[in-house]
Amino acid sequence: MRSFFQRQGKFRPLTKTDERGQDAPTIPEDLWTKCPKCGELLYTRELERNGRVCTKCSYHFRLTARERIDLLVDANTFEEWDTEIRPVDPLEFVEPGGSYKDKLVKTQKKAAENESLITGKGTINGRPIALVVAEFKFLGASMGSVFGEKLVRAVERAVDQNMPVLTVNASGGARMHEGLYSLMQMAKTIAAFHRLGEHRLPHFSLLVDPCYGGVPASYATVADVMLAEPGALIGFAGQRVIEQVTRQKLPEGFQTAEFLLDHGMIDQIIERGNIRHTLTILSDHYVGRPATAQTGYPKGLLADEPIEEEETVVVEVPAGGEA
Amino acid sequence: MTDEIVVTAPESTLTAMDRVRLARDPNRPATLDYVNELLERVVELRGDRSFGDDQALIGGLGTFRGRSVVWLGHQGGTNTKENLERNFGMPRPEGFRKARRLMAHAEKFALPIITFVDTSGADPGISSEERGQATAIAECLLQMIGTRVPIICTVIGEGGSGGALSISLGDRMLMLENAVYAVASPEACAAILWKDAGKAAEAAATMRVTAADLQRFGMIDELILEPIPAHEAPRDTIQTVGERIEHHLNEVIAEWNKDDDASITAMLDKRYDKYRVMGAWTTV
Repeated sequence: MRSFFQRQGKFRPLTKTDERGQDAPTIPEDLWTKCPKCGELLYTRELERNGRVCTKCSYHFRLTARERIDLLVDANTFEEWDTEIRPVDPLEFVEPGGSYKDKLVKTQKKAAENESLITGKGTINGRPIALVVAEFKFLGASMGSVFGEKLVRAVERAVDQNMPVLTVNASGGARMHEGLYSLMQMAKTIAAFHRLGEHRLPHFSLLVDPCYGGVPASYATVADVMLAEPGALIGFAGQRVIEQVTRQKLPEGFQTAEFLLDHGMIDQIIERGNIRHTLTILSDHYVGRPATAQTGYPKGLLADEPIEEEETVVVEVPAGGEA
Repeated sequence: MTDEIVVTAPESTLTAMDRVRLARDPNRPATLDYVNELLERVVELRGDRSFGDDQALIGGLGTFRGRSVVWLGHQGGTNTKENLERNFGMPRPEGFRKARRLMAHAEKFALPIITFVDTSGADPGISSEERGQATAIAECLLQMIGTRVPIICTVIGEGGSGGALSISLGDRMLMLENAVYAVASPEACAAILWKDAGKAAEAAATMRVTAADLQRFGMIDELILEPIPAHEAPRDTIQTVGERIEHHLNEVIAEWNKDDDASITAMLDKRYDKYRVMGAWTTV
């Protein structure tokens, strides 16, 4: 069984063994990954086959944006948009470690991305969808000007091409180095989604760990369907800030996806393995099934897994939703 | 926008942090001072209709220059008791939900909206998180961007992050010379990037938070001069702000007709374009 990350052939997870190539000696540590939640030592290949979800306790490891896209869309259908847009330093921002310009160069190298948002289109079980996926490794997926511009262009294209929009949202908050330009991206992105709504096209928002600040305080929490991954931390103010300001001990499970579900802030918690299934059904409800797409709804993680035909279409409540 | 000469701030020796201090001066006129001075027949409308009333973000009806409007604004306190009642001007979810309700209310009765922005930010507390602080702000923004009546916003003191933005999406954005508007407080920025909240002055300078900075970035439509700082000349400042709000409101209203969908769409398209172009990037 192939790892699903490799099925598109253009993306491989950057583990040390991969970087060294085939001839390099295999170091045992790379073969195994420890689950931070249950402590189980997991065979890395097995973990990847399971979408980086712990096979013992279902802990959802964080994914890079490209791993996420690879997991979401049908093989070889992702077409990336607006790769030519690059950040600048409009404030000539200076912090103790140096300039924002230098920081960008370093981050671009380290994260192997040009910015903190990847956009494009693909199909999920044959249903076209615009994808807006945050890359947390790039300055905590903070919302700078490039983030805003790429997002708005993606939403405008979705309007032109009559597609739903899926946003996968992780963020540490504002891009402080861009000052008010960063804050204004909240206005700009919310305006774009307002327009999407006027065209009766749905916005599906998937909140993943961690998602804080301006992103959930703008477009990410006013989607038509609000989904979150189990255990993801989501909120407006960060936990450290709240502790410092209030000097109170935070309650157990504070700001987790389960906490948000209990408080009525999201529609469902979706396990990673059920996301394609759920999005396929949602897309059919809101925009209809394209004539060329298969009628059944895929179960499980892999795009190439056989589809079980259903006699009647029933929206399943995934097990996670009962947490 | 207009053919008038753009007013810019005169040369000044004040640093960004000096402006932050002026913006926060407890004697600086706040929302209620503007409402009491500029509006007649004022009726406060309270409550979010689902949980409570937030006295840090207030609103209601009033007559502004002969016209009924809906007003909204942040309000802190001038003493400890008032500050506790008003949570130091930091709105909780109920405040944003009330603001959203009043915007929809203004839309229903085709009343223009004027807002006064003056908050250090949204409340960062446990109970606010429990009641969906992020969602409350987001829903307020979503309502505001599509509200089918003219909206004039003025930053009168401290414009703090999302809590300020929540009532700042409009057709015109005005800002007093000594007001500031920032994505995070200089103290928070310094604590995060300098690991030292004491470096707030450095942070304020590099974050570009003054009205002059934001005018240069094209983020405000008018900078309103304070020949004498507002707390030393509250009446004059309030009257000047009133004149400028009236001027901009008249301009927007001139092209707006509550019974003409095309004029409303044109206004909303302009509002969309106003925010659509905000950002700084390059292409390769």
